Amino acid sequence: MITTTASRNLEEVIEECRTIFDIPGIEPAVAWKHAERGRKLIGCFPVYTPVEIFHAAGALPVGLAGGGNRLEIVHSDSRFQSFVCSIIKSTLEQGMTGMLDEIDGMVFHSICDSARNLASVYTRNFPNTPVEYLHYPQNFALPEAAMHLRSEYERLATFAASITGTTVTPGRLKESLSLYNRIRRLIRLLYGLRAERPHAIRTSELYSLVRVGNLTPPERHAEILVEALAAIERREGKSRDRLRILIVGSFCEQPPIDLISAVEDAGCYVVDDDFLIGRRWLIGDVDTGVSDPLLALADGYRNQSVASPVKHDLRVSQSQMLIDRARRLNADAVIVLCAKFCEPALFAYPLYRRALQAAGIPNLFLEFEEKMWMFDRVKNEIETFVESMLFA
Amino acid sequence: MEKLQYQGHLHTLQKELMGDYYAELTASANGSGLPAAYLLIGGNPVEILRAFDILPVFPEVNALQLAVRKQSLPFIQAAEFMGYSSDNCAYVKADIGMYFGGRTTPFATIPEPSLLLCNYVGCNVYLDWFEHLADYSRRPIFQLDIPFIRTASGKPSKDDIAYVTTQLHRLIEQCEEITGRKLDQDRLREAVRLSSETGALWSKIKHLTKAHPAPYDAYFDSVTMMAPLYCLRGTQAGLDFFETAYAELQEKANAGIGALSEERFRYVIEGPPPWPHLRTFRDMFSRWSAIAVASTYSTVGGLWEFGFTHDPDSPIESIARHLLEWNLTNRNFLQRYDQIGRYIEEWDAHALVIHSVKSCRLFSAGQGDMREYFTKRGIPTLLVESDLEDPRYFSEAQMRNRIDAFFESLEHRSTQGQSVTV
Ligand code: SF4
Ligand code: SF4
Repeated sequence: MITTTASRNLEEVIEECRTIFDIPGIEPAVAWKHAERGRKLIGCFPVYTPVEIFHAAGALPVGLAGGGNRLEIVHSDSRFQSFVCSIIKSTLEQGMTGMLDEIDGMVFHSICDSARNLASVYTRNFPNTPVEYLHYPQNFALPEAAMHLRSEYERLATFAASITGTTVTPGRLKESLSLYNRIRRLIRLLYGLRAERPHAIRTSELYSLVRVGNLTPPERHAEILVEALAAIERREGKSRDRLRILIVGSFCEQPPIDLISAVEDAGCYVVDDDFLIGRRWLIGDVDTGVSDPLLALADGYRNQSVASPVKHDLRVSQSQMLIDRARRLNADAVIVLCAKFCEPALFAYPLYRRALQAAGIPNLFLEFEEKMWMFDRVKNEIETFVESMLFA
Repeated sequence: MEKLQYQGHLHTLQKELMGDYYAELTASANGSGLPAAYLLIGGNPVEILRAFDILPVFPEVNALQLAVRKQSLPFIQAAEFMGYSSDNCAYVKADIGMYFGGRTTPFATIPEPSLLLCNYVGCNVYLDWFEHLADYSRRPIFQLDIPFIRTASGKPSKDDIAYVTTQLHRLIEQCEEITGRKLDQDRLREAVRLSSETGALWSKIKHLTKAHPAPYDAYFDSVTMMAPLYCLRGTQAGLDFFETAYAELQEKANAGIGALSEERFRYVIEGPPPWPHLRTFRDMFSRWSAIAVASTYSTVGGLWEFGFTHDPDSPIESIARHLLEWNLTNRNFLQRYDQIGRYIEEWDAHALVIHSVKSCRLFSAGQGDMREYFTKRGIPTLLVESDLEDPRYFSEAQMRNRIDAFFESLEHRSTQGQSVTV
């Protein structure tokens, strides 16, 4: 458990976060569940889940993020082929080895064909765990899309209530929305701070602060974020002359945290990324002053969410948005860091590359797997890339 | 080994019809034909396009034609040179490579689209593919957002049907803009009627393979019939083809004539074919006198054999139902297990063959679980891997060995009565 003392420094806060999330399972969430009778956990596969709905039903939304590089895949690779990304297999492996036994419900979303089929395979293999599958709209120009998504959210609310026994009323939902609005604001502050003063917080640290929310109740997560912000303000450090890098492509399966550190150690500041993007999917507050908060949440997806390869909002060009982002952040280069076999990320790359080349922004394409634990080759590639830019 | 002959009247007729269809594409590309819309096979509203005299162009069909003619690889490589990954669906790569290669193929010149109609029915790659085409061609795109079958009922919800119907009306508005004409309701009803009758005949054809021996191969011969089913559905020429096909195949069934001279094994096959090596793959089964009596692939663009038909009296709603519910791509993976289960039982099959293709995760992701499911139920199941478009993933000797081993053990099993997994 984290104990809050006003004077903890950032390293201490991060250390606590890492103990919580840097494990192959979900034990801290299970501990929360067992602390009181009747508590329930709902597992949320990436990328984005409207977690407020589960929270409003009294459950703890557990952010699933694969098995990292310490979970050995033994059973699930006979179910999913070699050409399927790792998180599909590690999630099933977690299930097959009992790590998700305490999960009372699971939700998957229409992000890609592999995750979609996993929802079915999970349903069949774990008949005692209720599974929901959420369809996200893919025609953003269509005004009816938000209403349809609202009906999806309503089904999700019924699902959550059937697990916890607590109905998601508009009142409860508004409270949850306020809490998560606050968390997203805090994360945005941290991201803004890093872009402005990247020497003040390392990306691996920022990552830890966000990732801890996967297995921590949101009330506590908000406290950690507040504490971290205060600690960063006290931190001393000087800006160095380093390349400013934007990393995109790791929105679902997560790279090992040491790989993230490796980018920084190669002499870069990471000024923006899309790690764990689901935690800051909505870019503005969801309006809690409305009579239909479920619709407000759905409308947030349609009109106020980040660009992502699992979302095909053609009202704006996704690659142009990447260019704009790179320019706004004064990025020297873009690293496209894709999970191996991640179809949406791999498909995003050719359009990105074309646009980046046209805009004269150097870019590097790299692949990773969550289960990697040797980074020599990737490190080399990053170092060579950095050198080529420094001495160009 | 003597070269097996699979050609019949149907194949010749199909070739002629497809030749005409491709001539229309070339005419459109040359500016002397109809405006073209690109769309995808998995459940689609082609009837609306037909009612507007918009020519449907199917990038998937073009890609597979390239593969069958062993022309896909240079285009795939051209796309990989642009940054497409070796792990991305090769249909997309072949198509994009061909698009940038001047849209000329040995069978037609593919017209530029007047509309990119992205019917998102299950396959998430569709969204990428058409987004890219829109980016490259700068032509208008319409995304038809079809909610996936995701609840235990296995049915779309009322909201889903209303949502899709609304979108179809918007699509009609867009077609009106492109053609400068209002929708002619009678033309739409007529196209839907033609689809309805075509679907009914196709369904009857599918049930013919319940006969012993099966009069045609429900995988390798079905793909011959699928081209007109998709490219010509909603036209009189398409319907005529299916009338001829049904008459011919029914006659064979009645006369007890099988597709093979001897029928020893009846199997169900799951997954798309290895187009670049279709003939070789087929021979691997024929030499065992094994016939596919049902295939899931032949339902990608529509599942008619379980009772669906379009309804000319409520054309839009029936198109919506086709898109939502009555095609394989928009159904969930467990519904596919049920579909295969029905085939095995009702079509009296002895085994399941899963052809797992790297390109298509919609089809393949999780097929190991499917194998486990059927094996546990005592159905001998073989899983082999290659690709539907990329010729580099077909290892002939290994494939042959596995198929031989499977049928050898089936042969053994029929005398011993034990279960087989390969
Ligand atoms: S990593 Fe990519 S391919 Fe794998 S589940 Fe996530 S989005 Fe799908
Ligand atoms: S992934 Fe499969 S369904 Fe989708 S475009 Fe490729 S081959 Fe077709």
